[in-house]
Amino acid sequence: MVITGVCLLVFLVLLCFFLGYMERKVAAFMEIRLGPNRVGPKGSLQIVADTVKLLFKEGLTPDCADKFLFNLAPGIMVVTSMLAVAPIAFAKDFQIWNINIGVLYVSAISSMGVIGILMAGWSSSNKYSLIGAMRSGAQIVSYELSIGLSLISIVILTGSLSLSDIVYSQANGWWIFKGHIPIIISFVIFIIASTAEINRAPFDLTEAEQELTGGFHTEYAGMKFAMFLLSEYINLFIVSAIAATIFLGGWMPFHIGGLEGFNHIMDFIPSSIWFFGKTFFIIFVIMWFRWTFPRLRIDQLLNLEWKYLLPISMVNVLLVTLMAIMGWHF
Amino acid sequence: MSASTVIFYILAAVILGGGLLAVTARKIFRAAVFLLFSLIGIAGLYFYLNYEFLGAVQIVVYVGGIVVLIIFSIFLTAESGSDMKKPALAKVIFSGLSAAFGCALTLWLIKGQTFLPTLDPAVAPSIKNIGLQMLSTTQHGYILPFEVVSILLLSAMIGCIVIAIKVKK
Repeated sequence: MVITGVCLLVFLVLLCFFLGYMERKVAAFMEIRLGPNRVGPKGSLQIVADTVKLLFKEGLTPDCADKFLFNLAPGIMVVTSMLAVAPIAFAKDFQIWNINIGVLYVSAISSMGVIGILMAGWSSSNKYSLIGAMRSGAQIVSYELSIGLSLISIVILTGSLSLSDIVYSQANGWWIFKGHIPIIISFVIFIIASTAEINRAPFDLTEAEQELTGGFHTEYAGMKFAMFLLSEYINLFIVSAIAATIFLGGWMPFHIGGLEGFNHIMDFIPSSIWFFGKTFFIIFVIMWFRWTFPRLRIDQLLNLEWKYLLPISMVNVLLVTLMAIMGWHF
Repeated sequence: MSASTVIFYILAAVILGGGLLAVTARKIFRAAVFLLFSLIGIAGLYFYLNYEFLGAVQIVVYVGGIVVLIIFSIFLTAESGSDMKKPALAKVIFSGLSAAFGCALTLWLIKGQTFLPTLDPAVAPSIKNIGLQMLSTTQHGYILPFEVVSILLLSAMIGCIVIAIKVKK
């Protein structure tokens, strides 16, 4: 048990190194420039250099800050994002905790992340931090609804909250293909809402460098800041892994119901490659958003959720329920 | 003492310590954070009892919902940075007494109760069973509380909209 935990922690830290590198390279690719290219082959050691820099920086605590909460907030952020990794299936029958309420567990744990942001913003005793924290609270609490409703549409079709059951139910085709248009709609809503939930551009109002000089983590430096960065990348990974598991079949190879020969050929590709391929595809899409769309204003952001996404996903859940009752899906 | 007992006592310490600190903290935001720890401890207790569904619901409702709302209202109303003034001595004594008597009453009632193990076979807590039980009209069904709470929430939501709506001139 302890060994599993240590392996997971090492994996997550290495993953964050890789995601940091990937983010820079994707950004460079989108903006037609080279990106990091000096440290190591193709700049791949740049992120190591950055980590060493952050390690040697002084971890400042402002004088007026609430010291206890100020130092607690980064820890809470990292712990909550790491907890949500437990029920994710990385490969066939390779899961740390096969809990029977996987989907509910992940959404419950990720709703705790907002507490860390609110705590960080308040305890810095800085106006900009507080505004960032308030924005993030409003944003996360409202976008959670759309995420929940789009996950529910798959739970209706599978009849189970367990992530491994959901993956096994896609053995004859992924839900995004089997579930017709309603599932495609809920997939799109999930991607939009989860981009907002993890505070990434175009929904990064909590940080909004130009207006808030960094939002809730303005006052953080050194390793405390690095912990916020770590939790942001872990959240990005979790959201993409959940989207891949729920809608794109997780580790399940690309199967078409009835075509036995084709399915056999697909089974030769290892399941972990399927899982990570899909996950990194979605991570790439979310990074693509960041360098494509301008940032929304806070009222536009809340309008988008309450006036468009939420009504659409409610009607969508009704459609999926009708589809499940009539047995129209494959 | 086995690892299980140790975990139980850690959880109990988190719940009780969080509760005590929530009451005694001088800063209102800190009180909300300590309340959060207490509620997370209770969720941990449910996970410890292998009742994952209730644990997750505890986190969704209390941690993700109630505490976030409390923190929000603190941000919007109180002077959250400054210390609250000390309550009057009479208040401290009477609230302490009422808490002690409430605790004693509960303990006394639990002490006098003999808990019989249930004779019914165990039911798997799958979402199908939970859903059926929630909307069941039989003896142990929850349809009435479910509907009453739904109507309460609906009226609260309509009330909020009425308060927040802008009148066009």
